[in-house]
Amino acid sequence: MSLMHAHLFMLLLAVAAFLVAASVAGYILERRLSPDGSNAVIENLNARIKAWWAMVVLMAIAFIGGRAGVILLFAFCSFAALREFVTLTNARRADHWALAAAFFLVLPVQYYLVWVDWYGLYSILIPVYAFLLMPIISALRGDTDHYLIRVAEVQWALMICVFCVSHVPALLSLQIPGYEGRNVLLVAFLVVVVQLSDVLQYVWGKLLGRRKIAPLLSPSKTVEGFVGGVASATAVGAGLWWMTPFTIIQAGLLALAIALMGFFGGLVMSAIKRDRGVKDWGHLIAGHGGFIDRLDSVIFSAPIFFHLVRYWWSLT
Amino acid sequence: MYIVTRAAAMAIIVFARFLTAVRGIWQGSEPVPRQRIYFANHASHGDFILIWTVLPPRLRGKTRPVAGSDYWLKTPLRRFIGCGVFGAVLIDRDRESRREDPIEIMARALDAGSSLIVFPEGTRNETDAPLLPFKSGIYHLARTRPEVELVPVWIENLNRVMPKGEFVPVPLICTVTFGAAMRLGAEEGKEAFLGRARGALMALSSKLTEANG
Repeated sequence: MSLMHAHLFMLLLAVAAFLVAASVAGYILERRLSPDGSNAVIENLNARIKAWWAMVVLMAIAFIGGRAGVILLFAFCSFAALREFVTLTNARRADHWALAAAFFLVLPVQYYLVWVDWYGLYSILIPVYAFLLMPIISALRGDTDHYLIRVAEVQWALMICVFCVSHVPALLSLQIPGYEGRNVLLVAFLVVVVQLSDVLQYVWGKLLGRRKIAPLLSPSKTVEGFVGGVASATAVGAGLWWMTPFTIIQAGLLALAIALMGFFGGLVMSAIKRDRGVKDWGHLIAGHGGFIDRLDSVIFSAPIFFHLVRYWWSLT
Repeated sequence: MYIVTRAAAMAIIVFARFLTAVRGIWQGSEPVPRQRIYFANHASHGDFILIWTVLPPRLRGKTRPVAGSDYWLKTPLRRFIGCGVFGAVLIDRDRESRREDPIEIMARALDAGSSLIVFPEGTRNETDAPLLPFKSGIYHLARTRPEVELVPVWIENLNRVMPKGEFVPVPLICTVTFGAAMRLGAEEGKEAFLGRARGALMALSSKLTEANG
């Protein structure tokens, strides 16, 4: 067993232990407080824990599948997220080809470039080429109604759902001396820190939450949840230094950056949901809502984490 | 042959789910094995596929779409999909050329135990209006078989997935909302019934808009 597999195995074991504890707690809460399924919070909690199991199993399979597995998994996440995002936009008939190009041209090309590790192109494909191509396609139809809004929405959809998400598998191609063949663990580090930060914000918020941080955007986000969640995610990130190329301090600082970006990512995506008058982006992940609801914090932290690591640690 | 049509049906359903992540919302009725006439808004050739996709497999096997023979008999592929895969009840929409009354054809399918999917607008709605006026067929069918309940079904977003004239679909999330079952009243006239049925369908659409802002 390679060092990478040993570390991955230890991490999965820890995550599984955490989920077993959560499942047991959820079961006891249900027996005590909601035997007839009437307590919505507990029902939602248990639905979330079940979905977590499924997501962890899927992630584990992808990790074992290595580079191909991780790229395919996140390409599918991008597709599902883009489908949710575009559903909520003002896209009209005239944007049909621009949207078809976003789904069937830009998305596959972006992930192909990540696959062949063409950094110079995948880092500008969407911000430069799609940014210019999409409005051209939409303009050719000659429909000027809300043109700027429609074009901006398609571009945002691509940036959020494809560009940002693709930076998770892009971590696989960073070349870090002494860390060869273990980059999958960088993906695991990012995903574990960002998701744990979300969970811990939820837990701290439920336990101690008093002051709301942004009542208009997200009634469940509190100062106590934010501070407690970010601090404990930072601590967990530091504690995971052994599977990264970082020192304890570095791992903690990167985890802090990840948790902060994740928090604000969630806030931004809430603002979009409020604007569109929906509670969730979709319905495919029981208890969580849609793919974007689960990915929102990864979306904002992935490109930042990627560039921090690339700038200071990578040779390329 | 049975295996081929089953495989084709599964492939079409997987493809529909891939494009639309479609979800059935039961609002006022339940997916129970009872004989029904589902009537829905019609904006796309994929409409009955979405309804079919969200029906539980047990109901799906007994539910047949009613469709125009002029379209579904045109090519061997359409004939295979329409008749073979979906078991469509084909009716001739042209009054001049038809040899059999469409109502009788539908009633016969009901008598054989099937549920039906009908589109009372008669044709695909390609206008900006949410719903075209209903043709009277659904009234005559309800009068012929008054014991079968009618369930309104609103299909949301599929017209945006593939607008008329486009041949590449855009993946968007669709919903199929089933409303409360209704029956023809004892003394109810044609206009009153058609208005009530159309209203029931429209009500599902406005509920959706409210829920989604």
